[in-house]
Order: sequence, then structure tokens, then C-alpha cells
Amino acid sequence: MPESHPNFEVPSQLEAEIDEVITHYPEKRSASLMVLHALQDHFGFLSKEAIEWAAQKLELQPINLYELVTFYPMFHEEPVGTYILKICRTLSCAVNGAHRLHHHVCERLGLDPNSHASQTTPDGRITVEYAECLASCGTAPVMMCNAAFYENVSNEKADDVIEECGNNGDTETENKEDV
Amino acid sequence: MTNVTAERQEKSAVETVSVWIDGQAYDVPKTMPHPVSGEQVGTTMIQACHMHGIDVPYYCYHPKLPVAGNCRMCLVEFGTPALGPDRQPLYNEDGSPQIRKSPRPVIACATPISPGMAIYTQTPEAKQMRESVLEFLLINHPLDCPICDQAGECKLQEYAVDYGKADSRFVEQKVHKPKQVDLGPRIMLDDERCILCSRCIRFTRDIAGDDALGFADRGSYSILTNYPGKPFDNNYTLNTADICPVGALTSKDFRFQMRVWFLKETKSVCTSCGTGCNIMIGSRNDRIYRYTPRENDAVNSCWMCDYGRLNYKWINREDRLREVQQRRDGAPAKTNWSVALKEVAERIESSPSGSIGVVASARLTNEELYLVRRLVQDKDAITDSVPRMGEADHLLVDADKNPNTNGAHATGIAAKKVGADIATIADRIRQGKIKTLLVFGEDVTKHGIEADLLKELDTLVVSDILPNATTERADYLLPGCAHAEKRGTFTNAKGRVQKFMKAIEGPGDARPEWEFLHELVQRKTHDGGSANLPALFNEMAEQVPAFHGLSWGELKDTGAQASL
Ligand code: SF4
Ligand code: SF4
Ligand code: FES
Ligand code: FES
Repeated sequence: MPESHPNFEVPSQLEAEIDEVITHYPEKRSASLMVLHALQDHFGFLSKEAIEWAAQKLELQPINLYELVTFYPMFHEEPVGTYILKICRTLSCAVNGAHRLHHHVCERLGLDPNSHASQTTPDGRITVEYAECLASCGTAPVMMCNAAFYENVSNEKADDVIEECGNNGDTETENKEDV
Repeated sequence: MTNVTAERQEKSAVETVSVWIDGQAYDVPKTMPHPVSGEQVGTTMIQACHMHGIDVPYYCYHPKLPVAGNCRMCLVEFGTPALGPDRQPLYNEDGSPQIRKSPRPVIACATPISPGMAIYTQTPEAKQMRESVLEFLLINHPLDCPICDQAGECKLQEYAVDYGKADSRFVEQKVHKPKQVDLGPRIMLDDERCILCSRCIRFTRDIAGDDALGFADRGSYSILTNYPGKPFDNNYTLNTADICPVGALTSKDFRFQMRVWFLKETKSVCTSCGTGCNIMIGSRNDRIYRYTPRENDAVNSCWMCDYGRLNYKWINREDRLREVQQRRDGAPAKTNWSVALKEVAERIESSPSGSIGVVASARLTNEELYLVRRLVQDKDAITDSVPRMGEADHLLVDADKNPNTNGAHATGIAAKKVGADIATIADRIRQGKIKTLLVFGEDVTKHGIEADLLKELDTLVVSDILPNATTERADYLLPGCAHAEKRGTFTNAKGRVQKFMKAIEGPGDARPEWEFLHELVQRKTHDGGSANLPALFNEMAEQVPAFHGLSWGELKDTGAQASL
């Protein structure tokens, strides 16, 4: 169930961008994912208010968008951390230690290692969650930290990434993979 | 061109093609109207099979909804005519066309037929596919039919009988999902029972026009849901409980009230508006438990509105009128039918012309209104009904909340503008011209004849079902019956004459109005008349021009058009 966002307001520049995106599609409904992404990028998550705002914009019923929001794991219905660690758990990664990695990361951050749900540290800094195949099965296990991609992730490497998150003030982590 | 060929061409405006089903050739129309848009679209395999009485099992398909093709229960094998190198059909030695069987099965609900196509519904492979689909559906389904409200009318149960395995091979943990989900004011959802067929979503979006339902959390934990915080609440929600093939959607009003196999089903008609949706009354031991819609494509398709469906409770009300009463020394006293009817007939008989007024509800049946008319035929009586106008909607609900306004017109009871003559009746009572008032099924004190005015009358004869300010003042009180307690016909807003059958007995001494009206007419006219309902209908059809040519038998289950 999407969380409520009191005083939700879409700034006019964002609205203009969204209006422009909608024009790229033959039908408004086809722009649904782009509009939801734009809102999530701005607000960090898709609140009840955001879904309803988007539905109105796209001339849809909120249920039509709710179906999408609950289907795609990349959409969040409640606020998430500044950094999102996505640990792949599909086949290659699973057999190459995805669960070991998840367990380690969660323990280190004081989160429940047995939970399959998305979890956020109490300080709101880091969210840890599982993801499905991130399309780099040959270098399993892999994980992402926001837009940055990490391959062959050992516990030590994960510690470094978490360290980075602790020190880095902004969310724009770079692609730090060392091939 | 002869007449015959012209006629044939007209009828075959839609081309017919021949298909083979399980080895037999059948003619089927190439296209059929789309259930929502009405446009001609390719006839599907399942339609072709069903129109010839050949069973193909299904869950998500519904003849009145757009196709979704998600349950796979309707998988069949098929083939197409084999062609030679010259693109001409090849024939077997016995002259039958050679068929090239497709290596893949297809879903019969979403695959259009083509000329010469062969459909196989009974091959071992087809049966095996059904068994497998069913096995998958049952993997996570709770197997607690004894406590499921759908038991007895569940497609899962029915097909399990045909295609089920005795044992489950599934030894793992079942997926658990939300139970007793409050979807809206009238609908309860059990997500564990939902087989995700989307019938409810399609009905609500495409028929009810309220895009309110959807699937969330798609995957192993898929659930049917409304949008959080927006209750599923339009006037057609209960139809989803009818079309849900399993026990996922249930009516809050009916759930766990009665096991369905104990219900007696009686064909009837809804009386809550002029549409006259065809219904089935479910009753047991003279108590009504539910109404469900009964298919009639000329009226309500397979649907009915929630208001009409739930408007039955008054019939079981405790304060129903159940005694025949006569006012003695100013107070109502119990009497019996023969005394009351004798005296009422005498009073009418001895009334001078012009001294009788009649208010007969447009909720009475055609036959009853016809008898009321006959009763006062030679008395120059003013008669009328009470209008009941409200709002219409886009689907079924009519603006007229009387079920039989057209019947009241056809029998000459209602004024041209229904209710327009009630003021005249009131005036004439005031002037002392009308001395006897007959009221059937209305509280006239709410419709222009105030209680004080009723005191001016010599005789007030009232028949009704529930007590009100008019029944309280009656000199003769005749307890009547609800439609569910008698047989009869109504003429709906479009002029369709529809019959309904008796589901339960009326309470106490209450009698169907047509019965005692018949007796009154008989006493007054000394004419035998028709003592049973079918004969009465046929008599009325002869006497009343609008009903000429109709007969009780030919009304069948879905009615016939009157000439209004
Ligand atoms: S609730 Fe019933 S009708 Fe709706 S999708 Fe589930 S099984 Fe189908
Ligand atoms: S539309 Fe009218 S006749 Fe049909 S169910 Fe509703 S109230 Fe009854
Ligand atoms: S399985 Fe993890 S990237 Fe493909
Ligand atoms: S009935 Fe054909 S797929 Fe469901």
C-alpha cells in the first residue's frame, strides 16, 4: 500500500517535463512508466498522492498505475534510503553467493538478514533489497548501488561500497567497477 | 429472385463456414457480435463448440465479456485442411478432406475459426491438458470446500470432478494470501481462492464502466485488488460475485447464510424499476435468501443492479399484514375472506355510478390491474396509479421505479400522465361525490389524498403488504402478496411482458391480489371468469388490445413484446 505524502506538490518544472514526455507517445497511457519514473526520481518514492496525480495526468484510474507500481520492483511505495543496494538473486548469482552477500550486507548494516523484503537503515541512509537478473550473469554475484554496478562482489568489496556510501555526501556514485 | 431465396440471403448476411468438431461437420457463422462493442468479430472455437452443444471447459472466458485468454483451461487440439502443391485441398480415399494437425494446442476462447478447420476437444491430449491446468490451479488453492461459500456452484469443484486427480502431488507449502479482504460495501474477497481469471476486472471495467479493479503484486503473490482507499462501490458490484468462477468474491449479504444446494430456485423478475431484470429467487422454507440475475438478452443480459438485488428484505419483514380486517365500532377487527369479500362486492355493486375512486399501484401485476378495471367497469370510476420517477443509469436502471407502469396504462388504470387523476379523486372526495375508495398497494396519504380526507368516505377498501397510514384507516383491509409469493406478469418499460413464478407462501391469511380480485369480480358479475392464473392471463390477452396475440405458455421464460 503506497505511503501517503502530505503536502505533495509537483513543481512546475517537473510537470512541464512530464507533459513533454507524454507527447512522445501515441496514447497517454503508454507514457505511464516514464511518468512514474520521473516522479520517483524527484520524490524518491511513489506515494499515494503521486500515483493519483499521475493517473489524472494520464487520464487513467489510479488502479491502472497501481498495477504497474506493484509489479516492477524498481518502484518504491515508501521512502527509501539515499543509497539503494540491489543484490541480484537470480540463478547465476544465487549459486555464486548472492545470499551470502545479502546476509553479510544486512548484518553489517543491522538489518534482518533473513528478510526478502526491501529494508532501510534507521538513519534513512541505505536500503538493501534483492533484485532479479541484472544481466551480468558471467560475473556473478553482482549488485548495484544506485546507478553504479559491481561485479564478482566479495564481502570485502561490499564493505568498501558501504564505506563509500557512508562517506559520500551525494547520491551520484560513479561506476567503480575494477575490471 | 424468389421470396424464399431473398429471405435466405437476408438471414445469411453473416457468412457461414463449415468446421469439423470431433470428426463431425458443423455450420457456424464466420463472425459474431463482440460482447461489448457489438461489432462483428471472428467466431472463436469455443463459441463454435458451445453453439452446437459441445463442451469445452473454461474459467476466464465468459460469453458476455471481452476475451482475456489467461486460464488455459480451454486448450484444444486443432488442424487445418491439407493443401497440395497446387494449393488445392487434398482428400482422403473416402472423400473426406485431409487435415494437417497442428503440433501445438490453442486456447479455444481466443482462436478464431477458419473454413474447414478441425477442432478436437476429446483427444487424450486435450484431456491431459485440462488435467494439468487444473492441477496447477489447485496447487495453491485452499482445499477446504466444506467451509467455502462457493461450494456447490464452483467451477473449480465441477471441473475437478471431470478432470481432477484424486491425490495432490504437491507436497510443498502452499502460498498464503490475504483472506476476508473488504473490497467494498457489498463484496468480500478471499485472495487465496482467486484463480486470477480477471472476469471481475473485465466486467467492472467494460460492462459497469467503473475501472476499479486490478491485479497487484504480480507473481507468486498476485492479488486482485481495488485501489487502496477507494472502495469497490458501484451499483453493479454484486455481479462480480456471480461471475467469479470460484469462491474468491462473495456477496456480504449472502455469504454463509445458506448452502446453495438447499436453495429452491424460482424464475422471477425484479420489481425495483421499469427494466424488470430477470432473476432467480433462492429460497428455503418460505424464506428468501437471495436474488441472482437470470439471463435474458432482450432485457438484462446476465446482470442486475445491486439495489434491485438486495431489495428483497421487506418480503420477510415481521410486520407484514397477515389478517383480513374489518372496521367495527371504529376499530379494526379480524374477519375472514368470505365475509370481507362478500361485503366489499356488495358495497361496490350498490354504489351509484361516479361514486367510486380507485388508486391501484403500478406494482400490481397486469392480471390484477385488469381485474381491478373489470371490478369497477360499469361504475364510471376514476382510477389511477402513483408515479415513481427517479434516476436512470447507463446500463440497466430505468428512471421509472414502478415495475408495471405500462401494464397500468394498457389495462386503463393509470392516467395518461401517471398520478394526474389522483388530485381529481381527492377533489371529488372533498365534494362528497366519491364515497368509496379502493386502494391497492399504495399509501395514498403520501400521494395527494390526506388522512383527514379519508374520513369523508363511506367505505375505504385497502389491500396492501405492509402497514401504513392508509391501511390504518381501512374499513376493509385485505392482506396481499409480494411478487415472490404469487404468479403473474409485468409489462416492463420497453413493453416486454414478463412472467414470474411463485417462490414462497405469503404470511398468515395474505392472498395473491389476483385471487381475491377474481373472486370479487365473480361475485359482482356472476360470471365464472378464469380461476387460474394462466387462464386469466389468456383471458386478459383477449380483452386488452395491448396484449392481443399473447398467451401465458408462449411468454416462456423470457417474455414477449406487447403492442403498446
Ligand atoms: S476474484 Fe474471481 S473473478 Fe476475479 S480474478 Fe479472481 S477468480 Fe477471477
Ligand atoms: S435495473 Fe431495475 S429491474 Fe434491474 S435489478 Fe436494478 S432495479 Fe431491478
Ligand atoms: S543472475 Fe545475477 S546478473 Fe544474471
Ligand atoms: S477460457 Fe480460454 S484461456 Fe481461459
